Amino acid sequence: MSNELRVPTMAELFAEGKQPEVLFWVGCAGSFDDRAKKITKAFVKILNKANVNFAVLGTEESCTGDPAKRAGNEFLFQMQAVTNIEVMNAYEVKKIVTACPHCFNTIKNEYPELGGNYEVVHHTQFLKSLLEEGRITMEGGQFKGKRITFHDPCYLGRANGVYEAPRELIRKLDAELVEMKNCKKKGLCCGAGGAQMFKESEKGTKDVNIERTEQALEIKPEIIAAACPFCNTMMTDGVKNKEKEEDVAVMDIAELIAKAEDL
Amino acid sequence: MEYLPNITFLLILVAGIGYFARNVKRLYRNIKLGKDVNVSDNKSQRWKNMARIALGQTKMVVRPISGFLHIIVYVGFIIINIEVLEIIIDGILGTHRVFASLGVVYDFLIGSFEILALLVIVSVVIFWIRRNIISIKRFINPEMKGWPKKDGNIILYIEFVLMLLFLTMNGADYQLQNIDALHYVKAGSFPVSQFIAPLFSEMSEDSLIILERTAWWLHIVGILLFLNYLYYSKHLHIVLAFPNTYYGKINPKGQLDNLASVTTEVKMMMDPNADPFAASTGENTGEPDKFGASDVTDLNWVQLLNAYTCTECGRCTSECPANQTGKLLSPRKIMMDTRDRLEEVGKNINKNNGELIADGKQLLGDYITTEELWACTSCNACTEACPVSIDPLSIITDMRRYLVMEESAAPSDLNNMMGNIENNGAPWPFNQMDRLNWKNES
Repeated sequence: MSNELRVPTMAELFAEGKQPEVLFWVGCAGSFDDRAKKITKAFVKILNKANVNFAVLGTEESCTGDPAKRAGNEFLFQMQAVTNIEVMNAYEVKKIVTACPHCFNTIKNEYPELGGNYEVVHHTQFLKSLLEEGRITMEGGQFKGKRITFHDPCYLGRANGVYEAPRELIRKLDAELVEMKNCKKKGLCCGAGGAQMFKESEKGTKDVNIERTEQALEIKPEIIAAACPFCNTMMTDGVKNKEKEEDVAVMDIAELIAKAEDL
Repeated sequence: MEYLPNITFLLILVAGIGYFARNVKRLYRNIKLGKDVNVSDNKSQRWKNMARIALGQTKMVVRPISGFLHIIVYVGFIIINIEVLEIIIDGILGTHRVFASLGVVYDFLIGSFEILALLVIVSVVIFWIRRNIISIKRFINPEMKGWPKKDGNIILYIEFVLMLLFLTMNGADYQLQNIDALHYVKAGSFPVSQFIAPLFSEMSEDSLIILERTAWWLHIVGILLFLNYLYYSKHLHIVLAFPNTYYGKINPKGQLDNLASVTTEVKMMMDPNADPFAASTGENTGEPDKFGASDVTDLNWVQLLNAYTCTECGRCTSECPANQTGKLLSPRKIMMDTRDRLEEVGKNINKNNGELIADGKQLLGDYITTEELWACTSCNACTEACPVSIDPLSIITDMRRYLVMEESAAPSDLNNMMGNIENNGAPWPFNQMDRLNWKNES
C-alpha cells in the first residue's frame, strides 16, 4: 500500500517548474514518531485520493521551533523560524496544511512577524473544505453509530478557536459524537504542551494524561478521536495505563476518514 | 457652628478622596515600572472587549452561580452608588434628600436601591458561606491561607455593613417621615426598609434622628474607607477590570510574542554581510537587553496591571491541568506573587525617596519557584478561565526565557530536546536527512 503513496517534494516540483496548491508541513512527530507517521500516511492517502496537488519539504523541513519557544529558548526558536521561512519563501509557498496543531499555531501566528506570511490551515479544516468542495465524499461505513469523543488539542481549540471542523468530520462519519465533561473552550490538556512532551513531569498526584483519559473513559467511547500527534501519544498511553486498549482506540481524524474510505 | 457638619463632611470627603488619589498615583507609578509595550492597536476591538467582558460580565457567567451572584453585587454597587451623589451634595450643602423633588423618579430610584441592597446582602451572605462553610476548593488553595482569605472576608463584611447601614438609614428616615418630623420630607419609596421601620416605632423623634444621622454618617464614611481599602486589597479589580480588559490580549491565545531583541541578533547571525564587530559601535551603548524576566521590572506594564487586577477568584487555578493533578503550579499564585513583589518594590521606592535600592530579592526564586514554572503545559486554560483577561502564561513564559537564555537552567530533558533541534532540526535525535523515510516504510 505505502509504495503507492505519491509524495512529491517541493524541490522536485520546482525542478519541473511547477507549484503545488498547498504545502503539507509534516512536522517532526509526523516524520519520525512511529504512531504519528501512520497519521501522516493516512492524510497523504486522502490527499492522493482527492488528487490534491500538494508537496512536502522533505529533508528541507526542520522543526518549527515550537517546543524550544515554549521552553523559553527564543534564540533557538527564531533561528529555526528564520531558516524555515527562508526555505518556504524561496519556494514561494502560499498555503500550508499541517496535521500538527503546534506547527499550525507557530507558523500561522508567530512566523508572520519574522517574514513568513502564509495561509495556514489545520488538516481537519483542510479535510472539511475538501468535503465541502466535493473533492472527497464520505460515508460512515464502519464508524456508523460508533461512540466517538473528540479530545480538543489546546493549540487547535483554545489557542486558535478551531472547535467545529473536527467535530463536523466526525458527524459526517455517521458516528455518535459524545462530549467529555471538559470540552471545547474548557477542554482539558493532554499534558504534552509547553514542551512537557520532552521532559518528566513535576511532582504531583497524577499525570495530566491520566486525568484526561479518565474523563474520556467516563463517557464510554469506542474511539477517542484526536487531531494532534502529541495528544494522540498521551491519550494512547493513558488508555494503556487504564488497560482499556482492547475496548477503546485512539485515532486521528485523518485516520478515521482514511479507514472509512478503505484507503 | 451652624456649618460645622458641612465643614466636617467636606474635610472627611477631601481626606478620603485625597488619600485614594495618592494611592492611585503610587499604583500608576508601580505599574509603569514595567517595560513599555505597544498596545495602541485594534482600538475598536479593545473597546468591544472592555464592554463585553468587564461591563457585560460575559466571562463571569461561565460559572452560573457565582456569576449570577456577582452580577447582583456588581449592578447593586454601581446603581446604589448613584445614592452617594445625593449624600455628597446633602453633606456639603446641609440639605436632606436633595433629589426628593424628582418625585416619582426619586421613589423609583430609592425603591430600586433598596431592593438591590437586599439582594446584595443575600449574595454577600451566600458568598461568605461559599468561602467559609462550604469551603469551595478554589478558595482554600495554599496561596489563600492568611491574608488573602481574611481580605476576601473583610470585603464581604464591609459590603454587608454598608448595605445594612443604608437600609437602617432609610428605615429611620421612613419612620421620621411617618411622624412628620421637621426637615424629613416625604420622599422615596421604601420597599425593604419599611419592614425595618417598625423596629424603631418605640423610639422618640430625637433618638430616631440620632439613628438616622449615625447611619448616614457611617454609611458615607464607610464608603470612603472602602474606597481607600481597595489599594490594599484584591478588591482593586472593581476599577482595574476595565483597563485590564481593554489592554488584554487581542491576538490568538496560542500566539506568543517574538522577542525583538532576539530577532535583531538572529538576523545579524543569519546575514552573511553583517559585520560582527559593528554591533558595539552602534547606538546600543547601554547594557544589553536582559532576556526574559527574573523580577517584576523585567515584565511589561500590562503584565503588572494584570497582577493588580487579579481578585484571586481562582478560576484559572481550578482549570489548570497542572494544578488539578497536584503540581505546585497555580496560575493565581503567579499573579499574586507578581503583585506582592511589585508592592514590595513600590514600598522600597517610597522609603528611599523615589529610588529603588537593591534588596537582594527578586520575583524568581524568592516568590515563584522553578518547579512551578516548569509544570506549565501552556494550554491556556487559565487565560480562558480568567473573567478579566489576565494572562499568567505570558509571565510564566518570560520567566522560562530568563531561566533558559540567561541562566541555562532548563531541566536536562529539555536541554537534550533543544540540543536535538539545534543539531538535527527535530526534538528527537533523528537525522534531518531521514525526514521523508516514512514515505517508503510500510
